[in-house]
Amino acid sequence: MAGKLAPRHQRLVLAGSAAFALVGAGLLALPALEDKGTFFYAPSDLVRKRPPAGERIRLGGLVKPGSVFRQDDGLTLAFVVTDGSQETHVRYTGLVPDLFREGQGVVATGRLLPDGRFQAEELLAKHDENYMPPEVAKSLRPTGSPAS
Amino acid sequence: MTVSRILPLVLLAALATFLGLNLGRPQQATVRSAMVGKPAPAFALPGLAGEPGLRQADLATGRPVLVNLFASWCLPCRVEAPQLAALRRAGVVIHGIALRDRPEDVAAFLARHGNPFGRIGLDADGRVAVGFGSSGVPETFLIDGQGIIRAQHIGEIRPEDVPKILKELRRWG
Amino acid sequence: MTAVLPPIPELGHLALWLALAAALVQAVAPWHARLGQAAAPAAAAQGLLVLGAFVALGWAFLVSDFSVELVTANSHTMKPTLYKLTGIWANHEGSMLLWVLILALAGLLVALMPAPLGPAFRARALGVAGMVSAGFLAFLLLASNPFTRIEPAPTEGRGLNPLLQDPGLAFHPPTLYVGYVGLVVAFALAVAALLEGRVSSDWARATRPWVAGAWAFLTLGIALGAWWAYYELGWGGWWFWDPVENAALMPWLVATALLHSIRVLETRGALPNWTLMLAILGFALSMLGTFIVRSGVLSSVHAFAVDPTRGLFLLVLLAGLTGGAFLVWALKAPRIAEGARFAAFSREGSLVLNNLLLLALLSIVLVGTLYPLALEGVSGRQISVGPPYFNATTLPIVLGLAVLMGVGPLLAWKRNPRPGFVRRLWPPLAAALAFGLIGLALGLKTVLAVLGFAAAGWLIVASLLPFVGRRRVPTFLALGTAIAHLGAGLALLGATASGALQREALVSLRVGDGFAVGGLEVRLYDVGPVAGPNWTALEATLHVSRDGRPVATLTPQSRTYTTPPMETTEAGIVGWRGGDLYAALGKPDGSGRWQIHFWIKPLVHLLWVGAVLMATGAAVAAGGRARMAWPGRARPLVSRPVPVPAE
Repeated sequence: MAGKLAPRHQRLVLAGSAAFALVGAGLLALPALEDKGTFFYAPSDLVRKRPPAGERIRLGGLVKPGSVFRQDDGLTLAFVVTDGSQETHVRYTGLVPDLFREGQGVVATGRLLPDGRFQAEELLAKHDENYMPPEVAKSLRPTGSPAS
Repeated sequence: MTVSRILPLVLLAALATFLGLNLGRPQQATVRSAMVGKPAPAFALPGLAGEPGLRQADLATGRPVLVNLFASWCLPCRVEAPQLAALRRAGVVIHGIALRDRPEDVAAFLARHGNPFGRIGLDADGRVAVGFGSSGVPETFLIDGQGIIRAQHIGEIRPEDVPKILKELRRWG
Repeated sequence: MTAVLPPIPELGHLALWLALAAALVQAVAPWHARLGQAAAPAAAAQGLLVLGAFVALGWAFLVSDFSVELVTANSHTMKPTLYKLTGIWANHEGSMLLWVLILALAGLLVALMPAPLGPAFRARALGVAGMVSAGFLAFLLLASNPFTRIEPAPTEGRGLNPLLQDPGLAFHPPTLYVGYVGLVVAFALAVAALLEGRVSSDWARATRPWVAGAWAFLTLGIALGAWWAYYELGWGGWWFWDPVENAALMPWLVATALLHSIRVLETRGALPNWTLMLAILGFALSMLGTFIVRSGVLSSVHAFAVDPTRGLFLLVLLAGLTGGAFLVWALKAPRIAEGARFAAFSREGSLVLNNLLLLALLSIVLVGTLYPLALEGVSGRQISVGPPYFNATTLPIVLGLAVLMGVGPLLAWKRNPRPGFVRRLWPPLAAALAFGLIGLALGLKTVLAVLGFAAAGWLIVASLLPFVGRRRVPTFLALGTAIAHLGAGLALLGATASGALQREALVSLRVGDGFAVGGLEVRLYDVGPVAGPNWTALEATLHVSRDGRPVATLTPQSRTYTTPPMETTEAGIVGWRGGDLYAALGKPDGSGRWQIHFWIKPLVHLLWVGAVLMATGAAVAAGGRARMAWPGRARPLVSRPVPVPAE
């Protein structure tokens, strides 16, 4: 067991370990961010640079009107997410969020299946005054816009 | 030891700079949607009681027009009403598409906040809005004389946006 | 003719401007030789003026004065009275006014109470608080005026978001704000101490009740938010690592560190600079939290209006106030006397380690919260950082903290433990082993969950140890510490059990059908319409039984509010064996079948019990080193004069 340190040394040790706790922990956490974070894709992004099947991602866009069907089990919902230029077929098993509606924005968290469809584990639909989850609002803008 | 003394200041400065830089990119401004540069989608919407609706053909009339997507339940739509009125006074033709709305609510909204629209179409299920690549209300599209979507304004039109929109209209006129 | 009074909202607006003037006097006076005494009266005046403004706004909400834009946007004549009142702060402008009100009332309290560190010191602390007040009043008046009028006044308002019409959420902001304001007072006392260049045990003793109070309210506020998310969102969870949740968690982490380091300063006179730095940091993070919530730079599940001007204003306030304070710290801290020395395995050593672990947690949460913003700025890619990251990085540290929390209060101040010390740890070690084995028997699957059970057992038993075999009546501090640590242990057990041992079923049923989950039989008995004051709903009735004997009846609803039109899910929740049976009803799909999501959440009540115990512990510990008067034993409530134990 360590004895008592001289005041100067004690302070040095304290300051050093504090700086390490604050900066070091943050730096050590950085690799986990890339590893555990879920990247956001719009349907057009999935066409352009497709993520590996099985990676957890978030898919955002508008629920295509007329595309929502409930399957025979009474629990699984199939619908199409569009960003205006591309479409992705989505399946989701679970309770539908209150604000989920055709023609409205939605963010689905889940995985891409090998056949190109998207299996959602979580649906997030939200509207405030702008009636859009912010990511969806963003995703709808940069999609392949031909020069005017 | 001086390094550890100014460490909090340095971290704070870095954080404030970082947040300040990110504040500068909010939602607004005229941004092109996937449909900009393409012809307006084919559609035919019913109008309010006793009035004609809005069709694709109404947009390609040889001169540029604005199409404003609004709703009676939308707060920013009320905020932009004076700006739409100002554009109307400047001689701009504005058509309205009311999103997921009931005719009586739309009529009440127009009675209260003024009616700057030439024609109004009721988009009950939001299909046409999606066809425009619209992400919500309010949004305003600029359609040129040939019926091509030329610009999209997301969010309410603020007073400072009016001159920009007039300039864009002249550009495509 | 009688004199015509201006409308009440205009009086409120005027009161706010006068309050700003009072706050400016309060901020400036203490630094002037002769005006110093003006600070306390100015603080009192500011408190009363802001109270007046708040009452004026409350009146406008109560009588539905729709000439006030804020009332129109957030209220409705048909709204229940309670939610008319809580509607005052269920919006940006009103909630900022509430924040300023609580701060102004704290100033009033400081001005009226005796000044333990002398009137000059109090004036300076009030001056710093006045600067914060003035900044926020200016923010209110220039960028978020709650009294903006509309002409002509509408005849009806637009109503309040139904998700916010809820007792849990109605009292979540005020509770949290009391906590934030407690941190502002600690900040003001710290800056005043730095400027005076004197930081002593006395300062720590005068400041600690504010920190303890702030911490208790922050704990309750965060728990209320988690509770609201748990039963109102209908997702079966209580913490989602959303940026808005993290915004409240970060100041709490710093407040926890501060609460412990100030204890070292009070008792041993050590860590003065460190403690002052934490006081400033706590304030900085509560400001950062306000900024994150109000500026909309981070996308969050919680919808708030986005306005870059407001964000910029708050950022300038944040940078100016905390930057100034950190500058003073950098300049003045070297002149503050060195702290007393201590051994590595002493009480001080354990508290230092506690602080380091909490700061590491803070750093991880901060990085995870801001990373999406940084990545988008650098590469344009959008990422969301959620539970997978936060759970993997924070839970091991939380377990470490739980172990430390158990052993820390058993250690002696200043010196390493005596040789026989390890023997005292046998009971908690045995409890850890027992809890871990019980958890395994109950079906825990992951190592982390088993460790969570073990750490909870360790902490629950260890927190009671300081009283075992002691004949002396404990001090408030020791008792409060034990209560709070016990609460933390129970909360840890509740969190682990409700997550790792939960059972769930997702089914689609016709009326009369049933299903089995976790040894329970659940039957959909009926679905029918019900109506409330401003909503109608479809309500499912679920009968839950076990081995044929009825256990509970759950009534989840799918609600539709009228103004504004909005659908919400109301979970049906019934307590059972310290946990909950929890059911959510899906929207009707016209097929005659109903979707039901059903959860069994074991021991989830321990979370709420734990949070209340933690807050209670902090309140008890604010009593300090006085000993409690046991009934029947005449022992006066006196504190021992010299807090430094002779060794």
